[in-house]
Amino acid sequence: MLEATGLGLSAGGRELVRALDLALAPGQCWGLLGRNGAGKTSLILALAGLRAPQSGAIALDGVPLAAVRRVELARRVALLLQDEHSDFWGSVLDYVMLGRYPRSRSAFGRDEEGLRGARRWLAELDLADREAQAYRTLSGGERQRARIAQVLVQDADILLLDEPLQHLDLRHQAIVMRTLAARAAEGKAVLTALHEPGHAARHCAFSVLLYDAGRASLGRSSDMLTQANLEALYRCRLEAAGEWSFLPS
Amino acid sequence: MKAAPAVVLALIPASLALAIAFGSVDLGPGQLGDALLGRGDEIAREIIWGVRAPRALAAFACGGLLALAGTLLQVLLRNPLADPAILGVSGGAAAGALAAMLFGAAAGGVNLSALAGAAVAAGAVFSFSLGRSGWNPYRVLLTGVALASGFGALVGLMLAIAPSSQVQGMLFWLLGDLSPAGDPAAALAVLAACAALAFSQSAALDVLILGEDKARSLGVAVTRLQAIAFGCATLATVAAVLLGGAIGFVGLVVPHLLRLSGVHRHRALLPLATCLGGSLLALADTLARTVAAPAELPVGVLTAMIGVPVLLVLLARLR
Repeated sequence: MLEATGLGLSAGGRELVRALDLALAPGQCWGLLGRNGAGKTSLILALAGLRAPQSGAIALDGVPLAAVRRVELARRVALLLQDEHSDFWGSVLDYVMLGRYPRSRSAFGRDEEGLRGARRWLAELDLADREAQAYRTLSGGERQRARIAQVLVQDADILLLDEPLQHLDLRHQAIVMRTLAARAAEGKAVLTALHEPGHAARHCAFSVLLYDAGRASLGRSSDMLTQANLEALYRCRLEAAGEWSFLPS
Repeated sequence: MKAAPAVVLALIPASLALAIAFGSVDLGPGQLGDALLGRGDEIAREIIWGVRAPRALAAFACGGLLALAGTLLQVLLRNPLADPAILGVSGGAAAGALAAMLFGAAAGGVNLSALAGAAVAAGAVFSFSLGRSGWNPYRVLLTGVALASGFGALVGLMLAIAPSSQVQGMLFWLLGDLSPAGDPAAALAVLAACAALAFSQSAALDVLILGEDKARSLGVAVTRLQAIAFGCATLATVAAVLLGGAIGFVGLVVPHLLRLSGVHRHRALLPLATCLGGSLLALADTLARTVAAPAELPVGVLTAMIGVPVLLVLLARLR
């Protein structure tokens, strides 16, 4: 269980999150919604132990995050960053296998379990035939799926994903969301930043809404993702669109 | 291209054998064999065991140290142009060495002064670059480049005011020259230690290519890794510079030669770069000793003249 209490975050002199209490329990899938610049990435980086919060505490099973060794933390918490600037030299499979670093520390010897995992996630994310292709020759959406496969092969209990659906076409958006929801159903805790409330409504039982000036609200998606809340969140008028609606009927 | 490791490994005995077989004195195959087995002519034995073997090992150690430092700096600074000179350490050592020569110091004094100059440069780079949130590679790069050009100006000044009798010695030092190398044991020990330490971090260095945040999220203690790798690179550079002066291009070109041949994983790249750098410098030094014998050319000139076209050919072939 990853638990933030009284969390306060700011960036560039702006307060993003104030006194947030959030607990990611096993089996839960959380959607994280907010306008551009609302603090979604800052919250995810803080939960991953990459940025120290301005106030409050984050604990992994009761142990303060700063006291957990990096490699131990990496076995428990996996993170998909929003951007990655790497011109990786190897194949797609090589790339995904880097996600095994916290699990197999030996420089030699084949990590059979890791290879099986890598192939499984590549297949699930529709990249099975790309395994041997050079990573740098992938398209943007294919790279995004390879990056998600790398996060999944890490086999952590808690998955933090910053906009996993960027660059993905409709079909692959659905595949990724189903994969994430299935991980939660297996007992992992998932928190994913999303820009499409429909995905959160369908696949995430819980949602965090980050408003401006540090205000946040969280709870069951069925209670959170109302038209009024989303209009306030995105500061624009929304209209229900029949079957495509993100609103509970 | 799976041939790279075999070629590199075969080059080690080949380069050392050539370095021992050739020199300004022409020894026939018979004399050479006898001397290697510790028999026959005493002068030949002294030439082989007292002069050429230590010189060949010194060249190997020096090239290995430079290539290892270059490989580490290229991944740490995420910059393909990084080479040992980029830390400013070579520049500091050069300024120290030339200052000692200007005041007429003996070889020991020159080395000590070079070491002091290198230490000043390394201290400055590291104190400017290690912030609260760890190392900042850009500051390492900028501080190193700034220091290098500062030391370059000092070197120019000393060359301008030095009496002409000293200028040639200074130029040899600046171009890289292994003739005053002496006993290579210390340099070989530094090489072994740095290579082993760097090798122990090879899996983490592979992950570092994904960026610092991603590497941290995968369990790499990035700040510690950077400290170890920068420390190794600095120590290796200092040891190489004390041995052979400012020999260029080995540290820049050797890692790229291997990467262009398809070697990327650091558990292969680090040891192969170390071996290839050593072999190539041993070969270059053999050429430097024999091309214009009995005169010696500065080996740094040869490494550049060989290294640059080889790299360009490989680059062109990849296009």
